[in-house]
Amino acid sequence: MILNYSQPLEISNLTSWFDQYLRSNLSEFWTLLIEFVLVGIFLLAAYAVIALILIYAERKITAFFQARLGPNRVGKWGLLQSVADMIKILLKEIIRINRSDRFLFFAAPFFMIVASMLTFGAIPFGKGLQAIDFNIGVLYVTAVSSLGIIGVLLAGWSSNNKYSMIGAMRSGAQFISYELSSGFALMTIVVLAGTMQFSQMIEGQRFCWNIFNGHISSIIAFVIYLISGHAETNRGPFDLPEAESELTAGYHTEYSGLQFGFYYLAEYLNMFIIASIATTVFLGGYLPIQIQGWDAFNGIMGYIPSYVWFFSKTGFLIFLSLWVRWSFPRLRIDQLLNLEWKYLLPINLVNLLLMVILVLTGLTLKNLFGIL
Amino acid sequence: MSSVSKYFSGLFTGIKSLLTGMGETWKELWTKKVTQQYPENRETLEISERFRCELVMPHDENNEHACTACGICEMNCPNGTIKVTPMFIETADGKKKKILDTHIWDMGMCTYCNLCVITCPSDAIIFKNNFENAVFEKRKLIMQLNQEGSKLREKKKESKPTEPII
Repeated sequence: MILNYSQPLEISNLTSWFDQYLRSNLSEFWTLLIEFVLVGIFLLAAYAVIALILIYAERKITAFFQARLGPNRVGKWGLLQSVADMIKILLKEIIRINRSDRFLFFAAPFFMIVASMLTFGAIPFGKGLQAIDFNIGVLYVTAVSSLGIIGVLLAGWSSNNKYSMIGAMRSGAQFISYELSSGFALMTIVVLAGTMQFSQMIEGQRFCWNIFNGHISSIIAFVIYLISGHAETNRGPFDLPEAESELTAGYHTEYSGLQFGFYYLAEYLNMFIIASIATTVFLGGYLPIQIQGWDAFNGIMGYIPSYVWFFSKTGFLIFLSLWVRWSFPRLRIDQLLNLEWKYLLPINLVNLLLMVILVLTGLTLKNLFGIL
Repeated sequence: MSSVSKYFSGLFTGIKSLLTGMGETWKELWTKKVTQQYPENRETLEISERFRCELVMPHDENNEHACTACGICEMNCPNGTIKVTPMFIETADGKKKKILDTHIWDMGMCTYCNLCVITCPSDAIIFKNNFENAVFEKRKLIMQLNQEGSKLREKKKESKPTEPII
């Protein structure tokens, strides 16, 4: 059975206490209304704060990879650098481009930000810290996160700029190709876990994470998911939609101020979202490291709050993505599409079949060793 | 090699080379950072000896320099940065001799090409690596290199034989 620990640092204690307090004083309608508004505010705040932290971390780690020190003037170790950048970007003028499609130009950043915001809501940050827990969570996340590409294509089209247009078309080709293999990689794990709901998927990984459970097949799926997720975020070495030397900045060349800020924010948050979905699906989400039978060890691990586990696993994957970004040279468009259509997709299809065989013949680690 | 084995060997060599690259960057992550935090580390800052910043004419303890006022540096300067003004004096044995009056160098026009130092026959001028040369007025950039009251160092032919011209 699932072990129960006293977990004093969990936020779910606070939220359930608050819920009971509201319910005892107010009617059902007002309780729910207040809670929905609060959840919305917290998600928006977390969205902004995580983006700021990520921008700082990226600049610092990038600098270390290049034997530099990175931002170190604003605040101690440059900790306030991204706050200063945020204030700067908020104060900048939003420039209107002559002969651009005004409405689409204005609407495009919202597609981008809304798509990543919708995905953000479905991520389980910790025990009881999930805003929406659909029974088709994986499908929902895949569907909603691919809406962002509409924003990119609209931005390229409405800017009335050939470089933006080329950047947007490249981004579209790249995104749609890699969405396929990231979807297949997730489906492989859905076959293994037998559910699409994130909360059930996490509970099923208590003693054996999915990446170990399906051994060879899971690891291939994990690597493919990381590669294709990395490609979906349009970051190096897959950053040819924004290739500076060719296309100035790609689809967001003509944007300035807050509109550019939306793209910037969405890019970093997409990196976080990819890492957190990989954490949830492959690495046991917010669950601590637990080994069946070692009750004392499990108890100690259980004292570390679930959100700490979630953010440290996600942080590890983000570091991996930065490491890849600063190691490899940028791909050409044909190499990029070769990688997807000639390597990742066929391997993925075979891998999915292999996973089905593993599950049907009972060769998963859980079945072999009788882990719960 | 058949196309199938080519496909798989290509895949695995690709993965291997990517991992090698990541290993290199991993090592780079832990190397000492090369950033110089300049205004703070002014005391310990090390500038390369060969960094060319300021033209100087070295004077020894007797206030003597090696410039013979031949004007080769002035002739070789591509943009007229150097102005050598000679002066004629009469020596004790009644001969007329050309000595240096002023050696003027305009830092504002200098491109630090080093041609003057290379061509100087008596190695009278060198470039120093003192790089903090910002001033508020343009006229402060025009400098006289020879010090007040300095004179030409007498050559000791015995101790320093002239090198043969190749």
